[in-house]
Amino acid sequence: MFSLIFNRLMLAIPSLIGVVIVTFLLTRALPGDPAAYFAGPAATEQAIAEIRAKLGTDKPLIVQFGRYVSDLARGELGNSLTTGQSVAKEIATRLPASAELTLIGLMLVVILAVPMGILAATRPGSWIDHVTRIVSTAGVSLPVFFTGLLLVYVFYYRLGLSPSPVGRLDVFLSAPPHITGFYLIDAALARDAEVFVAALKQLILPALTLAIFALAPIARMTRASMLAVLSADFVRTARASGLSSSKVIVTYAFRNAVLPVITTLGMVLSFLLGANVLVEKVFAWPGIGSFAVEALIASDYAPVQGFVLTMAALYVALNLAIDIAYGLIDPRVRISS
Amino acid sequence: MAAPALLVDNLSVEFQTRSGVVKALEGVSFNVAKGETLAVVGESGSGKSVTAYAVMGILDAAAAVTSGRAVLGGLDLLAASKEAMAEVRGREVAMIFQNPRTALNPIRRVGDQIADVLLRHANVTPNAAPREAIKLLETVGITDPVRRAKAYPFELSGGMCQRVMIAIALAAQPSLLIADEPTTGLDVTTQAIIMDIIAERASATGMATIFITHDLGLAAERADRIVVMHAGHVVEAQRTRDLFAHPRHPYTQALIAATPGHTSRLAELSTIGGNLPDLRAAKLPACRYAARCPRKLAICDSSLPSIDPTAPEALACHNPVSSPPMGEAA
Repeated sequence: MFSLIFNRLMLAIPSLIGVVIVTFLLTRALPGDPAAYFAGPAATEQAIAEIRAKLGTDKPLIVQFGRYVSDLARGELGNSLTTGQSVAKEIATRLPASAELTLIGLMLVVILAVPMGILAATRPGSWIDHVTRIVSTAGVSLPVFFTGLLLVYVFYYRLGLSPSPVGRLDVFLSAPPHITGFYLIDAALARDAEVFVAALKQLILPALTLAIFALAPIARMTRASMLAVLSADFVRTARASGLSSSKVIVTYAFRNAVLPVITTLGMVLSFLLGANVLVEKVFAWPGIGSFAVEALIASDYAPVQGFVLTMAALYVALNLAIDIAYGLIDPRVRISS
Repeated sequence: MAAPALLVDNLSVEFQTRSGVVKALEGVSFNVAKGETLAVVGESGSGKSVTAYAVMGILDAAAAVTSGRAVLGGLDLLAASKEAMAEVRGREVAMIFQNPRTALNPIRRVGDQIADVLLRHANVTPNAAPREAIKLLETVGITDPVRRAKAYPFELSGGMCQRVMIAIALAAQPSLLIADEPTTGLDVTTQAIIMDIIAERASATGMATIFITHDLGLAAERADRIVVMHAGHVVEAQRTRDLFAHPRHPYTQALIAATPGHTSRLAELSTIGGNLPDLRAAKLPACRYAARCPRKLAICDSSLPSIDPTAPEALACHNPVSSPPMGEAA
């Protein structure tokens, strides 16, 4: 098991090196001159050249790359040209916001989609099967910004059940002391029930928006995988041994069916992490996705690099977690590694 | 004669498929006595496994039992409630399957799989279950059972896996064991060992065994009595020796003639002409062998001699091959 983790970590190193090189080159290849952007429309040629020299963009690429790598080694991601803030700091405050949203969304998905998939598989053709099919079809066909707006319309504007969809916390409350950056966890650690509930209320609609979108792949994969496993020989054996149906479905069938579900879950999670810009925009969520898009529009390459690197590192970590989960669930994976 | 361990009486099963209703079993009747080994033989598609699944109550959702009873210890398994069947399955009747490798849960330690059944059916505490599982592994001849109990099926050979299957089946000391082609896919030596283990456990506990196979040679070696099935009908049942000495149904005779022996050469083997009839047809002849039968009479299309489910012998033929009186054969 440990050798599996070690091997996977070793395998991750080349991909991380590749990501560093590609992000560097890509951001340099972006159209637009950051120095010109930064200097403003009225700046003279000379002023732009000075800024260029200050940024180091007048040097050959290889020199720039050397500086970039040595900065990276010190954990330095550079400063944003537009805000002047350190990118590393910015990401450190914005990533937990996105991560909290995505993880809660994912938890909602798992809670909803996995039982739906199991029930749909154990009762094919029943009403629950049809409901699952309709809900998951609707989930993928509605764009997230639309589902988000619809939820805001119904729960905020019409029913008044949820607070105004701006940001992570009501403006009259102050954020809990920063420990993990996850407001729910920090509030719980600070034993601040008011902030916890308020943060949860802000979180529930955007998380639900993400969940509705991710429902389809997880529910469909659970259903398909369960159907395949339920017709397997060993499930027949378990039934013939008179084991209770909950034992057969959970211990025998679901544990065998869960591997493809986990794979899908990992794909959905990495997709959500990077692609929930729209949800962040709709709910004015101070996440990493909107941060990256704004930086990209401004040709502000330090934040874009930082964003891509963070995402790549997360992706590698996520895949490692999936591999470990595989190893824990399926003994055959452990042996073959 | 004492009450049989299992009496199957007039069992019919139909499958709903896209291309129509398949009459998989029709009026199947036979019995097996306590301690007896009964072989059910027939070619693929003759309904051997469907019969077993129907008795176990693990038929596919598309299948329906349309008539008959299967009486085990006074309880009609086909009419029993779901709860009652869940109690019987694994406790009174157990089943082992072909392809032992796929018949075991691939990601659960074999000891745990045995313990699951023990916890369900035998009066065993969760603490004692692993120990009992190891004991069971020992009774089916697995060496180093303590270590093997922690193994996963993929770490064991096919023969080992089948022993584990037997241990699972015998965990609750059932009164009837149904073995569905238990040695298919195993090499000949392992086949013999597996069959020995089953026979040994059966004689140790007085358990009745139904042994489903398409291997007539194996049936001849192992069974006290043989039931021959064809296209969802029981065509003949006799004591093993009598069946081979005096096969009376034309199908049985053809089946024996098509079985290779030690001395026969490929060229000498006969084949059975034709195929199993299409069981989806709206109107099947009364005798489903009629279309393939060289001894067919006019009456064969319209009626079939009925079978006494409690008798040790059965013959569903109007024009049997050689006709020694029934009493003499028994």
